[in-house]
Amino acid sequence: MKIKKLVVLALATSSLAMGFTPAQAARDHISIVGSSTVYPFATVVVERFGKTTAFKTPKVESTGSGGGLKLFCAGVGIEHPDITNASRRIKKSEVEKCHKNGVDEIVEVKIGYDGIAIANSKKATKFSLELRDLFLALAKNVPDPKGGERLVENPYKTWKEVNSKLPNQKIEVLGPPPTSGTRDAFVELALEGGCKTFKWIKAMKKKDKKAYKRLCHTVREDGAYIEAGENDNLIVQKLQANPNALGVFGFSFLDQNLDKVQGSSIKGVNPLFESIADGSYPISRPLYFYVKKAHINVIPGMKAYLKEFTSEKAWGDEGYLSDRGLIPMPKAERNQFSDDVKHLKKLDM
Amino acid sequence: MESSMDKRLKKRYAADRRFRIYGLSAVAISLLFLSLLFISIIGKGYTAFQQTSVLLDVYIDPEMLDPEGTGDRALLSSADFGALIKQAMRKAFPEVTARRDKRALYRLLSSGAEFELRNQVLAHPEQIGTERSIWVPADGSVDMLMKGAISRDTAESDRPLKDKQLVWIDALSSQNRLKKKFNTTFFTAGDSRDPELAGIWGALVGSILTLFVTLLLSFPIGVAAALYLEQFAPRNRWTDLIEVNINNLAAVPSIVFGLLGLAVFINFFGFPRSAPLVGGLVLSLMTLPTIIIAGRAALKSVSPSIYEAALGVGASPMQAVMHHVLPMAMPGIMTGTIIGMARALGETAPLLMIGMVAFIVDIPGSILDSSTVLPVQIFLWADSPERGFMERTSAAIMVLLLFLIIMNASAVILRKHFERHR
Repeated sequence: MKIKKLVVLALATSSLAMGFTPAQAARDHISIVGSSTVYPFATVVVERFGKTTAFKTPKVESTGSGGGLKLFCAGVGIEHPDITNASRRIKKSEVEKCHKNGVDEIVEVKIGYDGIAIANSKKATKFSLELRDLFLALAKNVPDPKGGERLVENPYKTWKEVNSKLPNQKIEVLGPPPTSGTRDAFVELALEGGCKTFKWIKAMKKKDKKAYKRLCHTVREDGAYIEAGENDNLIVQKLQANPNALGVFGFSFLDQNLDKVQGSSIKGVNPLFESIADGSYPISRPLYFYVKKAHINVIPGMKAYLKEFTSEKAWGDEGYLSDRGLIPMPKAERNQFSDDVKHLKKLDM
Repeated sequence: MESSMDKRLKKRYAADRRFRIYGLSAVAISLLFLSLLFISIIGKGYTAFQQTSVLLDVYIDPEMLDPEGTGDRALLSSADFGALIKQAMRKAFPEVTARRDKRALYRLLSSGAEFELRNQVLAHPEQIGTERSIWVPADGSVDMLMKGAISRDTAESDRPLKDKQLVWIDALSSQNRLKKKFNTTFFTAGDSRDPELAGIWGALVGSILTLFVTLLLSFPIGVAAALYLEQFAPRNRWTDLIEVNINNLAAVPSIVFGLLGLAVFINFFGFPRSAPLVGGLVLSLMTLPTIIIAGRAALKSVSPSIYEAALGVGASPMQAVMHHVLPMAMPGIMTGTIIGMARALGETAPLLMIGMVAFIVDIPGSILDSSTVLPVQIFLWADSPERGFMERTSAAIMVLLLFLIIMNASAVILRKHFERHR
């Protein structure tokens, strides 16, 4: 008897829960989606914003840059996110998709730079790399080492074969998988940067852009480059366990683990806060977020959040974001972007 | 002389003994792995239950908080408490004057220190104008140094704490102003980007709300479906088809349920993203097949003579099932439910699609608020650059395991209860 009553009660409650449609009339918090690289910075701002203002703490989802823009461009209305973070600039195709769904006015905010470090264990010798070394060590196809304008499958097994100045050590690089924005930036800046140093390949860019891209952007798959997942902490731990390996990850992880790993110098420049800020370190990329203008006066706190993010105490040279490893933009660029935000300048591409 | 029979007997005994040893070693190996897991998690995580705090003498200056003495709470809550904390630090170290050094000094304290002070003053406005000693959280790197995760021997440039800061830390600790205390924040706060302010409570509440929705939906529906299919449904091609489909559903990767949840519950029904309601709905889709299959097996194991005897003394088929078969099958159904719920508790993949992999500071108050769940919190912390999150990740795993143990234990107690009363 008891069980019967229980079952009936449970059924009744669950049908009540099913029939209850929540009112989507208002949302009292800002909804942010996007890049996992910007996530650690956006969350710091969000937390401060929630604690120091009367507004509710915004929600930040870590969906990746592409996933975030997809959600962002799905439409206007409170069920869609207000802001998306991105570790790359929005693409033209994405702007068009936004437009098709009624998201016409987007405000672009660049927040700073992120360096990509190529590091190894402190127990091993420090590497000094050129971009060309990285390309030759990690690309799938490389120019024939015997000379001539011919491509061969990557024959290099040790760093010494790539460049006689480098140690005689097996090529073993732990890095992010293709789904990651860090990987995109690494391939674009480091591999393509090294690829371009061959004159005849650079000439190819004009003739056959597709073949050029395929050559410069394809990472070798014979085990020398190991996809170690999106978790940068894991790469740091693996480097400690294996002093022969190099790892590719964001600057903030290098900054937090300087007692365990050391960053290799690229083109003679060490990955330091200062060198990334002044642009001399070659592998760094800008970070952005995009705001839906139509939501600004609908969701409470939007303007205040934008003001907090673009304030000197957040993204300035001595701001709290720089403590977390975000490399600030030069003062003039900061002023320009905070001005654009004040006037909600529309992105046009 | 041994007969051939004795020999054979000996051989059979030996085989018997060997078999026992195999079984015992299998158990020993699994116990070994389990204890390795526990040792590594507890070894890494137990330090997270303590947190370094600093005792500060703060003069709660009415000039700075409420110059006109209005006692207005809104004014008070937006006052600059950070300045009071900084003042207190300067007073503790009057020899520090250079701007750079002062910044380094303030960095010994967590950004949560001013909120701690603010909460205390808001709770006791009568303390304004007096000097109080309060314990405020130290910065995450100070905490790591005290716990030995940052070594003093590394070169100054490779350490988050510089030599000067170490001197100040030593001074504080020699005055008994720097102590490791029980970390209540960890059990009462929501997520934070500062490891010393981050807590598991938000995720735990999110998990409880989500599982509540899951249980409420999947248990009654699962039991009803199992009962109908096992006891009442005619055996034909349609019920065979349904059975095959249910078995297939149980093996579908969970991410698929997340995609379904996104399409149906969020895009079509318009339920809010990141809410435990949607999470619970998705997870109940995932647990339903498990409960139905386990429920049918349990119902099948009840001897048909009981059902027939009930019919024989005049019970209707429904009475026979409800009064006799279902209570006897209940322990088995409970076991199936608990296996399904345990799987739901550990799930992250489907929740990614419906927006529960998110940074949420506020503690959810209902099934419509944004929230996250325990395994997602573990995943997010494991991915954070700050060193302090390493131990918190392990501590969160401990909380998750404890939650699982409590859940399983209550199921065992309930099952015992049903077994006694049948």
